[in-house]
Amino acid sequence: MSKKIDELEKQLIPEKEFPVFWPGDDVAVHVRIKEGEKERVQVFNGMCIGKQGSGRRETFTVRKVSYGEGVERTFMLYSPSLVKIEIMKSRKNNRMAPRAKMYYTREKN
Amino acid sequence: MSIGLIGRKLGMSHIFNQAGEIVPVVILKTGPCYVTAIKNQEKDGYSSVQLGYEEVPEKKLNKARLNELRKKSLPLCKMLREFRVKSDSELKELSVGQKLTVEIFKEGDYVDITGRSIGKGFQGVMKRHNFKGGPATHGSMSHRAPGSIGGTDPARVFKGRRMSGHMGNRNVTVQNLQVVKVIPEENLIFLKGAVPGSGASHLIIRKALKK
Repeated sequence: MSKKIDELEKQLIPEKEFPVFWPGDDVAVHVRIKEGEKERVQVFNGMCIGKQGSGRRETFTVRKVSYGEGVERTFMLYSPSLVKIEIMKSRKNNRMAPRAKMYYTREKN
Repeated sequence: MSIGLIGRKLGMSHIFNQAGEIVPVVILKTGPCYVTAIKNQEKDGYSSVQLGYEEVPEKKLNKARLNELRKKSLPLCKMLREFRVKSDSELKELSVGQKLTVEIFKEGDYVDITGRSIGKGFQGVMKRHNFKGGPATHGSMSHRAPGSIGGTDPARVFKGRRMSGHMGNRNVTVQNLQVVKVIPEENLIFLKGAVPGSGASHLIIRKALKK
């Protein structure tokens, strides 16, 4: 990615403040969703298993186990529909192996 | 055909629309272009505008180009390109030396982009024409081959048969790309979708023919 595009993205996509979290942290992601006319905020609870990209392009993947079935969702960090990120349990208090990509948790299910 | 602009690709990016949805965009640097010549029906037998783009230092141009531009006291443009128009009446508002900027396009407009695609060299039929190829396993010995190229009856291969050969590095036009954003101060235009080329080549931006 060229420097110029990075600059433009910083200009056009407003900055947001997030708590610092890492792969391995349990997070609750609040996302605004539209159902027909109505708008509501949905919460996705799970463990962050990886972060991708940098700058305004950064995304992160959250995994949870729902009714015995693993569910993964990738969010764009700077998406306007992402309202809030809460850290439920940080990695320090987690017994998870500290690594940048926690993909091994997929096999545990 | 209508008057357009000459530009270059900066790269791909994304922006969020009002609904919070992600829109893939390509960012182009276009203009300012200068009208370097006007050709009319009477004198030249057809109507068109010649535009110049990208100012360069003197040593980058040959003497023929240099003298032509100096004579008309125009900026030193690297790229000259003609735009055909239907009739002389479309040229009335233009004059030599006039500056055209991105502002001729607005948000919501549709444009056609012509550019040179990235050269891919000599390629087989699977990459070049999306052929299926043969089975990979089960004793197959024909993996990426084209298969049959015709019957025995005509005793020849029909013209236009798709085969392996040189791919890319040809002029490609992408139609009906929507203008998502225009930044006149920086001569930038944002289009939804992708355009041909690597960014090193020039692009022609015109109003969409079919919209």
